[in-house]
Amino acid sequence: MSLLNTLPDYVLTTKTDELINWMRKSSLWYMLFGLACCAIELMHTGGPRSDIERFGATPRASARQSDLMIIAGTLTLKMALRTRLLYDQMPDPKYIISMGSCSNCGGLFQLAYSVCDGVDKVLPVDVYVPGCPPRPEALTEGLLKLQDKIMSERWLARERRSAHPAEA
Amino acid sequence: METGQLFERLRQRFPQQVLEIGGKFESFAVLDAGAIVDVCRFLRDDAETAMDCLSNETGVDFKDGIEVVYHLFSYKQRHGCVLKVKLPREEPVVATVEGIWSAANWMEREIFDLLGVTFEGHSDLRRILMPEDWPGFPLRKDFVEPQEYHGISTVRESPIIRLDQKH
Repeated sequence: MSLLNTLPDYVLTTKTDELINWMRKSSLWYMLFGLACCAIELMHTGGPRSDIERFGATPRASARQSDLMIIAGTLTLKMALRTRLLYDQMPDPKYIISMGSCSNCGGLFQLAYSVCDGVDKVLPVDVYVPGCPPRPEALTEGLLKLQDKIMSERWLARERRSAHPAEA
Repeated sequence: METGQLFERLRQRFPQQVLEIGGKFESFAVLDAGAIVDVCRFLRDDAETAMDCLSNETGVDFKDGIEVVYHLFSYKQRHGCVLKVKLPREEPVVATVEGIWSAANWMEREIFDLLGVTFEGHSDLRRILMPEDWPGFPLRKDFVEPQEYHGISTVRESPIIRLDQKH
């Protein structure tokens, strides 16, 4: 007879990794940070109709309190340096969702002199959400994909990833 | 006042400085670059013209020269006009009209930022849109985009591989 079956009902058993991941994925605080028109959809995603807060994601106004950065909009080269600074201020573990065509690859403005051709030139991206701009449902799907990714992480035997992809 | 009458009045007052009056769709007056401040001050202060608003100031790079374009408007008289100044491409310098319409401040900074026109007498002539350390003036026809900026590559390879070029 297994030990588990002898426990009373109110005791739950799990693995440490799963517990950590479950807590982490259920409180993904994203940074209140919008760059262009995708930010309108980002605000809508946080609003009452699609209500991303039911998945534990709530906006924070400071990089130092955020776990997730949603790059919502066209990233210019001027802003890319500031975005990297903000990313460096976020505490580990930190994640990035690239929202929309512009931050995925430069999108419509890819050939413009001032636009960074994709946020992955500057920062490591976890989930890409296509669309121009993506609907709130698409961003919510992106968040769920990120939660799946977080659930697959192994924290006890982890290797720290580099903050800058060029050094990795 | 009709635009034709307005330019006629301007020509009477500044016979030497008005070089040309032209325009296919909207007529404009080309001025001597040294006279822009005097002409603008006259157009603002004259009761007949009363141009109290600089609604737009911009620049154009034609390959043989740079033009600075002034769009004036009068709320009092409900009319407007367009002035142009032609500058050499090598060293485009023109006097600022910031002292006449303070709205010119940011617009001249933008022209300086994107086309490299120097406005003499401007109170705060520095880049407004591009980063401070940006090389060159991006709206010039001969501007070449840098390959990278602070280690960020500005080139993105196409994800589409054409089958006929694969081998």
